[in-house]
Amino acid sequence: MSEATLEISLTVNGEAVTKTVPVRQHLVDFLRTELGLTGSHLGCEHGVCGACSVRVDDAVVRGCLMLAVQADGAEVVTVEGLTETGEIADLQKNFVERNAMQCGYCTPGMLITASELLREPKPVSREEIRGHLSGNFCRCTGYHAIVDAVETTINNRLEEG
Amino acid sequence: MNKETPITLLDKPNSYVGRTLSRDAAKRAVAGRGRYTDDIMPARTLHAAFVRSPYGHAKILSIDVDAAKQQPGVALVMTGAELAEMCTGPWVGTLVCFDGMKSEPQHPMAIDRACWQGEPVVMVVASSRAEAEDAAELVTVEYEELPVVIDKETALDKDTPVIHPNLGDNLAFEKTIESGDVEKAVADADIVIEDTFTFGRHTAVSLEPRALLAEYDPGTERLTIHTSSQCPHMIQTVFARTLGVPEHNVRIVAPDVGGSFGLKIHTFGDEVAATAAAIKLARPVKFVADRLESFATDIHARENRVSGRIAVTKEGIITSMDIDVRSGAGAYSQYPRTSVFEANQILNITGGPYAHENYRAKTQVVYLNKVPTSQYRAVGHPIGNSVGESLVDQAAAACGIDPMEIRRRNVMHDDSYPRVSAAGIEMRDLSHQQCLETLVERMGYDALLEEQAEYRKKGIQRGIGIAAFIKGTAPGPAGYYGAGGAPISSQDSCTIKLEPSGGVICMVGVTDQGQGVDTVMGQIAAATLGVPMESVRVIEGDTDAVPYGGGTYASRATAIGGEATYQAAMTLRAEILEIAGVLLQAEPDTLDIVDGHVVDKGDTASRISLAEIGRIGHFQVAELPNHIQHTLSATHRFRLKDALYIFTNGIQGAYVEVDTDTGFIKLLNHWVIEDCGRVINPQLADEQVRGGCVQGLGGALYEECVYDAAGQLQNATLADYLTPMAGEMPDIEVAHIQTHTGVSELGAKGVGESGTGAAPAVVMNAVNDAIRPFGGKVTAQPMSPETILKALGKV
Repeated sequence: MSEATLEISLTVNGEAVTKTVPVRQHLVDFLRTELGLTGSHLGCEHGVCGACSVRVDDAVVRGCLMLAVQADGAEVVTVEGLTETGEIADLQKNFVERNAMQCGYCTPGMLITASELLREPKPVSREEIRGHLSGNFCRCTGYHAIVDAVETTINNRLEEG
Repeated sequence: MNKETPITLLDKPNSYVGRTLSRDAAKRAVAGRGRYTDDIMPARTLHAAFVRSPYGHAKILSIDVDAAKQQPGVALVMTGAELAEMCTGPWVGTLVCFDGMKSEPQHPMAIDRACWQGEPVVMVVASSRAEAEDAAELVTVEYEELPVVIDKETALDKDTPVIHPNLGDNLAFEKTIESGDVEKAVADADIVIEDTFTFGRHTAVSLEPRALLAEYDPGTERLTIHTSSQCPHMIQTVFARTLGVPEHNVRIVAPDVGGSFGLKIHTFGDEVAATAAAIKLARPVKFVADRLESFATDIHARENRVSGRIAVTKEGIITSMDIDVRSGAGAYSQYPRTSVFEANQILNITGGPYAHENYRAKTQVVYLNKVPTSQYRAVGHPIGNSVGESLVDQAAAACGIDPMEIRRRNVMHDDSYPRVSAAGIEMRDLSHQQCLETLVERMGYDALLEEQAEYRKKGIQRGIGIAAFIKGTAPGPAGYYGAGGAPISSQDSCTIKLEPSGGVICMVGVTDQGQGVDTVMGQIAAATLGVPMESVRVIEGDTDAVPYGGGTYASRATAIGGEATYQAAMTLRAEILEIAGVLLQAEPDTLDIVDGHVVDKGDTASRISLAEIGRIGHFQVAELPNHIQHTLSATHRFRLKDALYIFTNGIQGAYVEVDTDTGFIKLLNHWVIEDCGRVINPQLADEQVRGGCVQGLGGALYEECVYDAAGQLQNATLADYLTPMAGEMPDIEVAHIQTHTGVSELGAKGVGESGTGAAPAVVMNAVNDAIRPFGGKVTAQPMSPETILKALGKV
């Protein structure tokens, strides 16, 4: 049995991409193995841990629960893309300064999930930040430092208007 | 700081030691530029998938791989018997230091019999993981189910089947330690409390699963393995011995490691199999465990039942403690570190903060048809602390004494060291009293008690928990691994060198999994040499580059590796000053190094830069007299001499709210005061404690590998095995008391496991404090809502 494939065209981090992919390949395997975008990680491949979070058409999705063929025509943004555009440069700087990661494996997904709170920042409590991040598993930090980094970024953005 | 601690180079004003600095690795991680094992994709890489036993215990009658071999992309199908032919022999997970211990020889993949659900039986190697899995589904294995042993309490009963008939019974190990006269103390006591505690089976759940990429070059006979490991040298030695490859031909590289927590200090059969495939095929072979495989093959830990007893005077003075531990291991004792350390550590540390002199602790470790158990973060401590600290709380309640006060009356005094604990372990440089008084202050203890009382009036049940602890860190060679016969180094090493540019390369045997080990080693090296941090490059995790060392386990990296780095830097510094002395016509001991320049002591004006020393030392060596045959490099090794461990201590506090209708526990506040000796980087030390705490809280509240009566793991997904997420966890306040250890000049002890070791104890005490007015008491972890409601008599 030969592998069933389909051709897809999509935008990844602003670049047009056309590739023939196995129909059963999920989006993150596609990004990692076909495009070399290894910033998105696989932690569980059943949609719980959030390490594979990417942006698809402006929504944060679990890249392991979406097939690559479902992203045909979509606009996909990964942590590499967010880094290049500078959209979350302040959040990244605060993650580093606050040491809001240890092994770093959850970090790209955590950043992408946290970036949702930054797009139209409004005052949020630590509890709300914790609630928002509760779909992203971090085994190293205990979350306190991550909440600090996100809180600082939101407050700075609000102050700067 | 301990007033007797000598002033060293590390204590200079503006020293990098004691300062928060960011990690370089963090800057890569936030950009998605981390490089984990699975991110490395050499051309022509093949992928391994495994057929695993679906049964807890079964005889393998036949294996048919013909259909699998015909599948597209399949390069190799290998059975356990075929793999065994490539190996030098089975592993036996015993150590001679555990007297009388026994274990069945274990092959990397099952041959005639599978002994736990998930044990690898057949490996399929194909062009992609998906194709390997497709083909694996076509492998037919005929099994004959055998009776399983699942319950540790009945594992030694006469009518229970014996898993490994050669061993005679299911007993892996038993041990008793005894000091003083427990029975007399109990007979003489005013109050004796007895209780039984149970602890669920946990697993590490590193977010990056186990991962390995093996490459073999038949020309040079070079085997290169990239693997997510804490202990590259141990893997080098074990894989070389197991596969019969000369050790010096094996290179192990641990790139970025996505969490480890003790999981990645072990050896696993599927990883050996994938490596064997790479040798056989002379192509890169990768194996990355998926989450199901992780749950069913990563080491498990913590499954214990402990019966404990404490005797006290009516003034609350502890006169004795005794415990009886039944520890549930897996189907084999994990090679090479064994499956009995957890039980052994429970014996070592239970009641460890206290000055009582009568103690008896015994354990029996039994084999079960479950995943093999072994070391996982804070080995044994969550259990020993939970038992000891609950008994102390119950004694306090019986005496009518405040929980903080009973600890104040019983902890070892700060001026009483060195001394030997009731468990027979040498204790030195600890600070229980100072930690306790700091906790009282940080918690605002008296005000918190008042607040709790106010909430009680409103029908809101809040609890305050206290748990003092000790933690064994940085094991020495006298005790276990070295003396026990395992190829695991308890020493660690640093090679440091001055480059022609004046830059410094620092190569260390300890490894980083995100703790910031590389940053900490850089801080020690820069502070000692007197150079800017930016000019130091730390290299770790590559056996081709770094001197032999144990790697990172048991909170040893800073305590052992840090001292090696400090001593190596001191030696290099002396050589640099000797060369400077010749060039400057000055006595070396009148010179100092500041910010990358040699200066006169007490001055800051540069007399010669390290860049100039580097240039002359490497290129213009004719400027130096012949008697100076310098190397501009130094290697130093460090190990403990006589001590088993560098013990640390501390105390935790917790404030929780229990909903007595639903059984839900809300964690409101958490405090940790701990003494890891000299703190190198305060932020990194704090974060080790915080992350460790949450890992302990997960075990106390949510985590358990649940088996059914047939030996089937029931919850091998992240949706079913609950881990702590951001929404449930509290902020954690951390403070450090810094009593330098006297066993090194650096003075650092371990910090990585103190949070994990006592968090379950303190939260269990807090929960029990909350429900005590209702006559409720919880002694089982994880403390699920159901457990709480049962304790309250509501279900």
